[in-house]
Amino acid sequence: MSAASLEPACRPLLLDADLDVRRGDFRLRMNLSVDAGEVVALLGPNGAGKTTALRALAGLLPIDDGYVRLGRTVLEDAAASIRLVPEHRRVGVVFQDYLLFPHLTARENVAFGLRARGVDRAAARARADEALERMGLAEHADKRPAALSGGQAQRVALARALVTEPRLMLLDEPLAALDAGTRLEVRADLRRRLAEFDGATVVVTHDAVDAFVLADRLVVVEDGHVVQTGTPSEVATRPVTAYVARLVGLNLYRGEAVDGTVTLAGGAVLVGAHHDNGRVLVAFRPSSVVLHRRRPDSSARNTWAARVVSLEQQGDTVRVALTGPLDAAADVTPLAVAELGLEPGAEVWAALKATETAVYPA
Amino acid sequence: MSRVGRRRLSVAGGLPPAMVPFAVLALLFLLLPVVGLVVRAPWRTLAAELTSPEALEALRLSLVCATLATVVCLLLGVPLAWVLARTRVPGRAVLRALVTVPLVLPPVVGGVALFTALGRRGIVGRWLDEWFGISLPFTTAAVVVAEAFVALPFLVISVEGALRAADRRLEEAAATLGADRWYIVRRVTLPMVAPGLAAGTVLCWARALGEFGATITFAGSFPGTTQTMPIHVYLTLQRDPPAAIALSLVLLVVSVAVLAGLRERWLGTAR
Repeated sequence: MSAASLEPACRPLLLDADLDVRRGDFRLRMNLSVDAGEVVALLGPNGAGKTTALRALAGLLPIDDGYVRLGRTVLEDAAASIRLVPEHRRVGVVFQDYLLFPHLTARENVAFGLRARGVDRAAARARADEALERMGLAEHADKRPAALSGGQAQRVALARALVTEPRLMLLDEPLAALDAGTRLEVRADLRRRLAEFDGATVVVTHDAVDAFVLADRLVVVEDGHVVQTGTPSEVATRPVTAYVARLVGLNLYRGEAVDGTVTLAGGAVLVGAHHDNGRVLVAFRPSSVVLHRRRPDSSARNTWAARVVSLEQQGDTVRVALTGPLDAAADVTPLAVAELGLEPGAEVWAALKATETAVYPA
Repeated sequence: MSRVGRRRLSVAGGLPPAMVPFAVLALLFLLLPVVGLVVRAPWRTLAAELTSPEALEALRLSLVCATLATVVCLLLGVPLAWVLARTRVPGRAVLRALVTVPLVLPPVVGGVALFTALGRRGIVGRWLDEWFGISLPFTTAAVVVAEAFVALPFLVISVEGALRAADRRLEEAAATLGADRWYIVRRVTLPMVAPGLAAGTVLCWARALGEFGATITFAGSFPGTTQTMPIHVYLTLQRDPPAAIALSLVLLVVSVAVLAGLRERWLGTAR
């Protein structure tokens, strides 16, 4: 739960949705609430239902059950057969690939929503210019989308959605279309702009870094279900599914704890730093794992014999995939790789201090 | 593109050398008659031939009727193309096949068919005559009807293809921006399909302008009211071949000029 919900007067719940969407064999069931001014990221693998959720919120896809409320407005209520068409919802959408109108200039793209809502030409033009100015795109107003860079197109799409003063902003993979170089810069810029927006924001992404940078709160979606929700740091330190653990780069195991000693599903045992009991998850960073050529004589509470499966250079460390009583990833320096003679098939000993583990209820 | 690149492309096209002469022959076959027209045109008496009252009358009638037929095709054809491209009406495949019937039907048969439908004794024409006193055959309106009947498939097929190819997500984007259906059609969909629509319109107009069989069958050949340029050319050929050549040349020039003009304006900028 975010701190905001403790102060309803300051940050009233703005978006309140209970979605149930069926499409063939796929079913999405999701509860989603977003405060005013809050940015929530829907994070999940491809095909998890993130975009389906976004389309349902925008009104582009009818929900089979549930409701969508925005402030005091009921956008959709399956039981009451209420359904506002997209053009009557105060929802702004930044689509994947941005979907700028190719035959219109940047200015005309931004003015489109105002003109569609009956604002006269001169006023719409003035407000579009203002919005482009705020985005730092004043000199690109007369360009067609084809002449804009990816980052510029993204800002035009953002301006186009924001200029109609929506209460809810939906962004579908807003950074996926950008190359790695511009992505960093555009991401920081987008974060700033979303922080300025006082409505509710939902960002769909499959990229953990995008989600962590942009969002106040994460909702992790897998296979049509919400599997975890929390602040980025909560999710990053205590992942509950293998997918999230992989995203944030943690080793994660399920097990049964008795007074801090966790017996994992495969029979291996890990010792935690606290006196936990019951069904738990154990997570630790690959960099916490120390590798030795011989059985170590150290204070580490967890040691086990392992075999190297593969090695992969990641930045200035090497990610070592281990198998044995438990499959784990360990990060070591290239120097250690040489000194320990690590190669696929090599036998090593792994050590992990109890204090480096996070043990939390499953 | 560089010369090297182009050469590589033609190789990648996988053209067997034996086909080249046939391709050249095909090109000659298409161009030779046009060259014949130009070579055999009675250049000295051309001005006189062309400004004869009958020729001018036939040309005016042709242009007016072809344009009216094109307008009719646009009004009827765009919505039909929309239905074929965007809706899930049952039997849509059959519907699409039916739309192309005038394409494969001999135009004279089309004219006869129009008679059976809209003639004074036709299945619908009978009621038109009885209730409104309207009799279509052998009127200028009949020319427009015959031309529209023959030309409509060109427009429908072309616009339908464009509608299918258009990115519907842009229409969704427009809806989230507050645009209602008509606004989306005007500001997003039609501009998106503009190249296809333009091409269809040009084809439609050209087909209507050249219409002969259905027109002469359903509308007859009355100078001033139903004798369009192609019919006039045909009749002139019987008694005065050089004049017919001159008139044909005019029709050729008009068609090419319109095509070129539209290409500059729409097709050229759209891509």
